[in-house]
Amino acid sequence: MPADAAALEVRAVAVRFGGVTALSGVSLTASAGEVTGLIGPNGAGKTTLFNVITGLQRPDHGDIFMNGQDVARKGPHRRARLGLARTFQRLELFGSLTAADNVRVAMESFGGSSRAAATAVLERVGVGDYAGQNVSSLATGSARLVELARALSIDPKVLLLDEPCSGLDEHETLALGELLRSVAAEGRAVILVEHDTELVFRVCSTVYVLDFGEVIASGPPEAIRQNPLVQQAYLGQAQPHEQVEPADEVRSADEAGS
Amino acid sequence: MSEFLTFTVLGIVYGAIYAITAGGLVVTFTTTGIFNFAQGAVGMIAAFTYWQLWQGWHWPLALALVVVLFIEAPLMAIYVESQLMRRLHGASVQRTLMVSLGLLVILVGVATLFWGNPDVIRTVPPFFDNTTTGAIGSVHLFGANGVTISDQQLLTVGVAVVVAVGLRIFFRTFRLGVAMRAVVDDPELVAMSGAKPYRISQMGWALGFILAAVAGVLIAPTQSSGLSIQQLTLLVINGYAAAVVGRLRSLPMTFLGAMLLGLVSEYAVGYLPGHINQNVVSVLPTLIPVLFLFVVLLVIPAARLAAAGRLPAHLPPRVVTMPQSLLGAVVLIVVGTILALTVGGAALQPLTQGLALGIVGLSLVLLTGYAGQISLCQLTFLGVGAFVMGKISGGDSWWGLVLAVVVSGALGALVALPALRLRGLYLALATLAFGEAAYFAFFNNNVVIPQGSFIPVGRLRLPFMHAVGDRADMIEVLVATALCAVLVGVIRRSAFGRRLVALSDSPAAFATVGLSASRTKVYVFALSAAMAGFGGVLYAGQPEAIGSNDVQFFGSLTLLLFVAIWGMRSLTGALLGGMTAAALPVLESHLPGYLSYLTGIVAGTGIALLGKSPDGILGFDWLVAHFRLPFSDQRDDPPELLPSQDVAHAS
Repeated sequence: MPADAAALEVRAVAVRFGGVTALSGVSLTASAGEVTGLIGPNGAGKTTLFNVITGLQRPDHGDIFMNGQDVARKGPHRRARLGLARTFQRLELFGSLTAADNVRVAMESFGGSSRAAATAVLERVGVGDYAGQNVSSLATGSARLVELARALSIDPKVLLLDEPCSGLDEHETLALGELLRSVAAEGRAVILVEHDTELVFRVCSTVYVLDFGEVIASGPPEAIRQNPLVQQAYLGQAQPHEQVEPADEVRSADEAGS
Repeated sequence: MSEFLTFTVLGIVYGAIYAITAGGLVVTFTTTGIFNFAQGAVGMIAAFTYWQLWQGWHWPLALALVVVLFIEAPLMAIYVESQLMRRLHGASVQRTLMVSLGLLVILVGVATLFWGNPDVIRTVPPFFDNTTTGAIGSVHLFGANGVTISDQQLLTVGVAVVVAVGLRIFFRTFRLGVAMRAVVDDPELVAMSGAKPYRISQMGWALGFILAAVAGVLIAPTQSSGLSIQQLTLLVINGYAAAVVGRLRSLPMTFLGAMLLGLVSEYAVGYLPGHINQNVVSVLPTLIPVLFLFVVLLVIPAARLAAAGRLPAHLPPRVVTMPQSLLGAVVLIVVGTILALTVGGAALQPLTQGLALGIVGLSLVLLTGYAGQISLCQLTFLGVGAFVMGKISGGDSWWGLVLAVVVSGALGALVALPALRLRGLYLALATLAFGEAAYFAFFNNNVVIPQGSFIPVGRLRLPFMHAVGDRADMIEVLVATALCAVLVGVIRRSAFGRRLVALSDSPAAFATVGLSASRTKVYVFALSAAMAGFGGVLYAGQPEAIGSNDVQFFGSLTLLLFVAIWGMRSLTGALLGGMTAAALPVLESHLPGYLSYLTGIVAGTGIALLGKSPDGILGFDWLVAHFRLPFSDQRDDPPELLPSQDVAHAS
């Protein structure tokens, strides 16, 4: 890959829903071999941005490039064939199929597949035991991991993950962090939307912060952690030197309510 | 000039009636998220009740109007909402569609019960009898070469204007109107703000039904040859077309669409060149709205793929295995053969045709059960298959069979093509338009099939066999049906089958793993239509004829409903659905008159069940737990029987 072509480049994307601005002039770059974080409060536009990148939402303005190739006019399935895969914040599994068949459908769209190959991908993300189980009977956390396996199974160059940790416990979240690093190390660009900021700061090389549809900060995790704008918009009232944990948000919300 | 003005006035008057009924469709859709296929049937019931009260029982006009519009229509709506529609919030398009189609069948059944006697001509006079009431009579405009507008026409247009303005004000200004627009998106949220969501959607249904009734009452006097159950029910297609112009959301665009449709229809019929065949002219009034709908579906903007974020709450059926389906096939053939050799001659036709309809049912399992696409014209493909078979080298050749399957399949792909950009409901509407167009322009056309006559279709000549007679024919159809069922099972277990189910479960995820929804839809439509065409060859082979009555819209609809009632994702369900569709008319003809709307009763019971068990009768828990039917798709084991998730994670 040429050094000047990022695996994914989003340029000045704008989306409006009626009178509401969902995204305004959002630009973002993700490089192969790295995990890029995308954080922001609820309603900041993270999922809308993923929808624009994958082609499920047409932007009013802006361009999307994958490895230097303009994909803005291509439909979602064509972008997937160029190596773009994603998971969804609200689960989008094939609910009538088993976990293994969910993965097989994806693999088959790129050529042959077998139950064994599908099970191997499921095992990699830690849900191999559920291969033969129907996905609609899985717990949310496991179902998210099946979605991740399905996305990984098409050997993507760019992988978009929309809150993969919700529904996972602490151990599973740690394991997922390691998995994301190893997935990126295979030469993929991983973009991670996640409310667990600890995980984001731990595994990401670059973090973008979205608020009210605009990128208000971007840079390495340490700089983002210290950025006063970010703290104001997203991380609550935490002091610059303080460890920011999601629990803080909950606590401050409770206090505000009492 | 005068001619032009006359057509214009007629166009506007009809446009006004379409606008009122389409306005009702849009109101119900925006407040409940359900497209009411029975809108026309509601108008039909209103028109007949109006006739009954005013003309039949000689009630005063005003009283009849009040009873029809403000008592009957809202009461019907409230009953329908509470019994059928309430539990459908958030259900798939497919399920809501089935339920509203079922309602249509029930209403037609009810109308047949009360007003089915074709010997009575029911004509409704205009509101104003000018000779006695001294009403304004008519208005003459634009001088000597102008046009005369009757008071009835003025009233119709006036009512449409009042409805248009009234709805606009209601939805923009009143608190209830605003709440009605909100409830479809999130009933829980509306409930939190203190409103009762079900009351609000009841209002949506009531308003929709009242508007349907208004349209029914206004259109009644224009039916100079008497009210017809079928014609009044189908009038709603004109409403569909107008509502689609408004994309089921915008009332102004819907009214505009209705006016356009009214004018286009009148001008097209009025200004047709004189040398055009009379047969073509006679079908135009019914054909134009259908073509209009088709064109509108072609040009409306493509539906966006949205991530719905929904997993089915119930466990889907487990895929039938090869040994299971082979066993099922053997059981079917053995039982069927015994029946074929023992039953009386009169039962052979419904049994054989029921099996052939079972094949069409299997084509619906592929298309609707697996892929989640809805076809309301499956009997059209049946008719095409039979027609092609009948026309090729004597009507009984293998070439005929091959061509019948190929032509039906190609036509299936063709129907799917224009609607590929669209989803769910719009695609279903496109198939409806196609089925209606094919019926009016082709099967019901004197040039193709002379009125009341048939196209002869032969039976296949099997090699090395000299089987003749109805019993042998039934056994042949039996074997073909069993093979088709096994084939559908094979397709379901293949990569293509997984793909179909995936398309139905999550179109958004389907696209983001690199699959083209359009291509898959074309394939499955073609495959399903080809199978329906094959079923048609066997269906018509029994009586050795195919006629226009075999391919009516209503037949496509009831077959779809019966398969859904038994179990849309079950091979057994398809066969039982086909058998039911073939058996009911026979049963009806042997029952006393008051039970002759059995189809309506069965459909009604069935759709009430669909609300409880989306997988139909065969998907009922107790049935699945206690019986193992041949071809039946067993559920997965319940989750608690599997290793506990905590244990699995810890290992």
